[in-house]
Amino acid sequence: MQDKVTNIFIVGVGGQGTLLTSRIIAQVAVQMDFDVKVSEIHGMAQRGGSVVSQVRYGKKVYSPIIKKGDADIILAFEKIEAARWLDYLKPDGMVIINNERVNPLPVMSGKEKYPDTIHEKIAGLLPKTVIIDATAIASQCGNVRAANVVLVGILTAAIGIPAEEVEKAITAIVPAQALQVNLAAFREGLAAGA
Amino acid sequence: MKKLMIGNAAIARGAYEAGATVATAYPGTPSTEIVDSFSQYEGVYAEWSPNEKVALEVGAGASIAGARTLVAMKHVGVNVAADPLYSFSYTGVNGGLVLVSADDPGLHSSQNEQDNRGYGRFAKMPVIEPSDSQEALDYTKLAFDLSEQFDTMVMLRITMRLAHSQTMVKTGQKREIPLKDYKKNASKYVMLPGFAKRRHAEVEKSFEQLREYAETTPLNRVEMNDTSMGIITSGVPYQYVKEAFPDASILKLGLVNPLPKQLIKTFADQVDKLVVVEELEPVIEEQVRSWGIEVIGKEQFTLLGEYSSEFLLQQLSGIPMPQGFNLDQEIPARPPLLCAGCPHRGVFHVLRKMRLVVAGDIGCYTLGAIAPLEGMDSCICMGASIGTAMGMEKARGPEFAAKTVAVIGDSTFVHSGITGLIDVVYNGGTSTILILDNDTTAMTGHQDHPGTGVTITKQPTNKLDIEALVRAIGVKNLRVVDPLQINELEKVLKEELARREPSVIICARPCVLLPGTSKPDHKIYVDNELCNGCKSCIRIGCTGVTFLEEEKKAQINGGCIACGLCEQVCKFDAIKRTEV
Ligand SMILES: Cc1ncc(C[n+]2csc(CCOP(=O)(O)OP(=O)(O)O)c2C)c(N)n1
Repeated sequence: MQDKVTNIFIVGVGGQGTLLTSRIIAQVAVQMDFDVKVSEIHGMAQRGGSVVSQVRYGKKVYSPIIKKGDADIILAFEKIEAARWLDYLKPDGMVIINNERVNPLPVMSGKEKYPDTIHEKIAGLLPKTVIIDATAIASQCGNVRAANVVLVGILTAAIGIPAEEVEKAITAIVPAQALQVNLAAFREGLAAGA
Repeated sequence: MKKLMIGNAAIARGAYEAGATVATAYPGTPSTEIVDSFSQYEGVYAEWSPNEKVALEVGAGASIAGARTLVAMKHVGVNVAADPLYSFSYTGVNGGLVLVSADDPGLHSSQNEQDNRGYGRFAKMPVIEPSDSQEALDYTKLAFDLSEQFDTMVMLRITMRLAHSQTMVKTGQKREIPLKDYKKNASKYVMLPGFAKRRHAEVEKSFEQLREYAETTPLNRVEMNDTSMGIITSGVPYQYVKEAFPDASILKLGLVNPLPKQLIKTFADQVDKLVVVEELEPVIEEQVRSWGIEVIGKEQFTLLGEYSSEFLLQQLSGIPMPQGFNLDQEIPARPPLLCAGCPHRGVFHVLRKMRLVVAGDIGCYTLGAIAPLEGMDSCICMGASIGTAMGMEKARGPEFAAKTVAVIGDSTFVHSGITGLIDVVYNGGTSTILILDNDTTAMTGHQDHPGTGVTITKQPTNKLDIEALVRAIGVKNLRVVDPLQINELEKVLKEELARREPSVIICARPCVLLPGTSKPDHKIYVDNELCNGCKSCIRIGCTGVTFLEEEKKAQINGGCIACGLCEQVCKFDAIKRTEV
């Protein structure tokens, strides 16, 4: 078993399902007999604020939070959230960005501009950037809310964890009535990431 | 079986395995999930209490009657419960009582970052600190034993990072602990001065025994390694220390009050340099210093916020924090905000429009304080709004009161607003008080409360009649309005502010996030012919409306739930509804 700890930093907007995603990834790591820690944000920030959850797994994990500059992967549910938390990424880390724009209040009110090409800027700076229309793919699979598992699919392809283990974890965590859509969305993400 | 659990669920599990049968709490991030998850076990009693003082009093009663009892609250909740706490610490327990204090370094969801280890020192109460979910479970079980062994309630002090981090846990079997016998024992449980004097002596005696216990308890452990640096730490910071300094010698304290003086002295003698790593107050550091031991502490770290491994590396080894990537781009902030369709938005729109002074309170509606609504002048703690408005009136006179309101949520009113209202009536205030009744405790994740008529286990129960309560207090002017009917709300506010008598306006509309809240059939849209880009609809700060800079028009987006507020604020009738 690898000694190295894998650090996955998941960012998005409160209500986008980052918590569920971190739980799926953590469940996969549990199935593979790793030590796992997950840090979540509950409470106030979930009201449409910027949210982060962090998953760390390996032979032995101490801190539940990832050091700045130490994330192997940032999984971003929204474009500017990828940019906001980029300091947490390793110099040679990977960023997976959902090409989705959720306007924060200062933008909605016209006070500030949304940097709409920010994902391209990130891609220019970091060779290991993946940009994907997860929301559109999820919608084709039958529910936009499954965008998070599309991203899990990309991640699975990127870090080379067995897809069967991830499907098992999704089956364990996602409510039964949403399972088929979620599995379909996961497979689409997996294919897109391959 | 091993599984991932958040710290809060592990505490609940620990209490269950220790045979606890009663648990009480008032919700508060980051403590809420503890008693919520305890309530799901078979054969136990759990309640949402109206506030933390009641929670601890019910807990004290259950303990005196012989049950093992769990009481949980956020750090500021302990302030509310401080009165029973400081006397229950004298009476001691019958069945073990564990009080969980969930502190919030970094203020993720709180109004301050007080360090509740201080309560342990003042009340001579043992304080236990776990550093992951497994310890949360194990220490909770042990805390019940200690509580009975030393005849004292025990504080389990956690922080947000423990409460809301999932780590691996091996669960155990539930122990069957019969109720302790109940015997009348007035000299132990009646805190008259004569009895309390003797109890105080008992408390000091058992605290001395606890000091001895601290020297040998398995809760404290030494991890001897490279002796050039020795670190004393506890709680989640232990994990940061292990991450940052895997080779250092560590004295990990699980019992942080009282401290093991001898153990610390011995450890100090064995290392070249002694460091204390603790978030917030220098509780351990100052005691260690007082014993004449040289130690590196807060002068190297900070009294503020959460620590992290990289912070420790920077402060102790001079390794700078990573600089990150230069995107050369401003990223707009994303503050939390009121949901689209939130009934609170109507209230704050009207308050701003009328330019009123607003004595505020704590709940989702506190988000009405930030831009663009900016409709709050003060917010101190739960329940403070009504007293604050009264104080403003008494300082500046009734004319000032005629343009001042207090704003308080339903759960907060029940928690600690009632006595403030009694004061207004009793002492001749003329305040206008808005109770924002959204039928839930929304901020902390939609817990029920006495006003919802549903218990923690979702059973129907007696429903507190807030209107009848307000009338019984002596308020003659009571109005009930729909907060999303803003013209009506404004009219009612004007009428009630003009009265030289106390008034209560109940703004009644359920939280939009509650399941079963009816959604309108119609849709809202902007008629581009009529929209002149005045931004009135933007100034209500709703996530359902976007301003298109280029076109200079408002646009209704997918977040809209058709509450109709923007439709009402549009002066040009440009916002319309379609029948579906
Ligand atoms: C003493 C104390 N206990 C608990 C909390 C956590 N807390 C903050 S606001 C709140 C209640 C919010 O409910 P309500 O007043 O009904 O307003 P809503 O969020 O529903 O708008 C709670 C439990 C706190 N800040 N202080």
